[in-house]
Amino acid sequence: MSEVILEAKGINKNFHDPITIRVLSNISFSINKGEFVSVIGKSGCGKSTLLYILSTMDTDYEGELLIDDKLVTGQKPVKLAQIRNENIGFVFQFHYLLNEFSVLQNIMLPGLKLNKYSQKQVEQNAYDKLKILGIDHLAHKKPTLISGGEKQRVAIARAMINDPDIIMGDEPTGNLDKKNSEIVFELFQKLANEFNQTLLIVTHDQEFAGKTNRIIEMEDGKIIRH
Amino acid sequence: MNSKLLYNIAKSLLLARLRQTLVAALGVTFGITMFIALLSFMSGLNSTLDGLILNRTPHVRLFNEIKQNQDQPVLSAEEYKNSYNFIQSVKASSARQEIYNSSGINQFLQSDERVLGVAPRVNTQVFFNAGAIDITGMIHGMEVDAETRLFHFNDYVVEGSARDLRQVANSIILGKALAEIILANVGDVVQVTTAAGDRFSLKVVGFFQSGIQDYDKVQSYASVTTVQKLLGKPANYITELHVKLHDINSAPAVAQEYRTIFDASAEDVQTANSQFETGSFIRTLISYSVGITLLIVAGFGIYNILNMMIYEKMDAIAILKATGFSGSDVRRIFLMIALSIGFFGGLAGLFFGYVLSLLIDQIPFVTAALPTIKTYPVNYNPVFYFIAITFSLITTYLAGLFPARKASKVDPVVIIRGK
Repeated sequence: MSEVILEAKGINKNFHDPITIRVLSNISFSINKGEFVSVIGKSGCGKSTLLYILSTMDTDYEGELLIDDKLVTGQKPVKLAQIRNENIGFVFQFHYLLNEFSVLQNIMLPGLKLNKYSQKQVEQNAYDKLKILGIDHLAHKKPTLISGGEKQRVAIARAMINDPDIIMGDEPTGNLDKKNSEIVFELFQKLANEFNQTLLIVTHDQEFAGKTNRIIEMEDGKIIRH
Repeated sequence: MNSKLLYNIAKSLLLARLRQTLVAALGVTFGITMFIALLSFMSGLNSTLDGLILNRTPHVRLFNEIKQNQDQPVLSAEEYKNSYNFIQSVKASSARQEIYNSSGINQFLQSDERVLGVAPRVNTQVFFNAGAIDITGMIHGMEVDAETRLFHFNDYVVEGSARDLRQVANSIILGKALAEIILANVGDVVQVTTAAGDRFSLKVVGFFQSGIQDYDKVQSYASVTTVQKLLGKPANYITELHVKLHDINSAPAVAQEYRTIFDASAEDVQTANSQFETGSFIRTLISYSVGITLLIVAGFGIYNILNMMIYEKMDAIAILKATGFSGSDVRRIFLMIALSIGFFGGLAGLFFGYVLSLLIDQIPFVTAALPTIKTYPVNYNPVFYFIAITFSLITTYLAGLFPARKASKVDPVVIIRGK
């Protein structure tokens, strides 16, 4: 029996504007350490909404969420920020790199925020992550000067910097062409296989999902397969 | 470590928008510059104008006023003790004008630790004889050294030397306007007639100019001994004692005390010249209002620029929050941005304010009313600089507070899902 890293218990969510609509109903599942999970479903089925609840950024829901066996639901915003910093890494559809900082500094930001290692150590870690992703030659460039595929890989490095329990992705390949999508997928797979990294990726790319360990399929706010 | 990281982020955001930042900082700089220059100039002008009178005015003046005797004989009569006594046409008796026991009082005053110094005076009315005409005037007998030390007498002597009053026997310093009327130059001898009818020759050793024409037309100065000689009085004959205190604000209380101790009239500077304080107060109030208004306008500039920056940096705020920065971290980042604009803008303002003050200090300002002044007066009081930098920090803090709170409340989900 492998260790459970993330567990959702009976999660419901409603949108109230302009009228109350139930977008998620009774979502319960768990993810084990080292699993590479994809969430698929049609547009508007609630998969992204679910991801943002799991990511602790959205707190307006019913039910319970546990990360690493600790209850996350109902925690104070400062505590949630700390959990996001330490336990969760994010890759979004858009890279969200800060243009004011170099690639390396962008990756270091969450690491410096965690304040567990010295600046030198964090810098070394950031280098190591870039090396794993094969883009260490970009370290001192500004994000505006690198390509879209490279930006997304930098975003992955940023997600990895604090060695999180789980990396979450919201359509991480949605903005990329086929070749770059494949590179990103291979990197995810490498992380899962070689580093036993837990991954939860929301996608509507059936081909992408097909290559993951486990698929959670959603429809109309419910899980229909997992 | 956390503060250092937030500081670095704030710095990067600031430098990324260097032009906007500079414009915002320039607003603060301008405000502070004008604040400093205005206050330094106003305060310099204030103290000069006040000094025109206040420097020369004793804080407490002790003298024997010519007045009707309060103790009329009927009041001490046993049989009328319990009745109202009406006495008409009471005249001042031939009381002496001198202060009783002046040397004793002088010694007492010198030993009073609230007193900075005491200058004795012998004042008398005289006629200056210019050909066929007699011109009324006053001669103040005084001790030059004490007057110079306490009341800046030296500053107002425009020709000749104040010290000659002590060194040359039977010498006089004439008011400049008076000297022009009787056509006297330094080195000339003028004839005076005392109230008792005696004639004396006095040597003119200098002119003084107070800045008040009417005053200069009648006043002149001589040494105490010269005036005592004019009046035929002994060396202990003193009509007034001018007292300067360490703290001008205690003058009314001290005057009240001396009145009872010495049984003489004592007038304090506040009663004698109350209008000056009002004038200074109003001028200071106006300078502060203008200065603070400038800073508030600069504050609105900062508010605008920070607001704009937050809209531009929505993505950055969202990702910072998504990767573990809390709302208060984001708020601190934007407050740091505001405060550093205030701090560095303010610092530049202090510098330029100082430079502008120096410039104002160089502008020629020659007027007969102010003989001691050659350029615009400026007061380089460090307190103004302290107030200015404090105000610039407070205004920028307030200007940054609302945008920073808005930034801290940004919901990353809304931003990220909106893409």
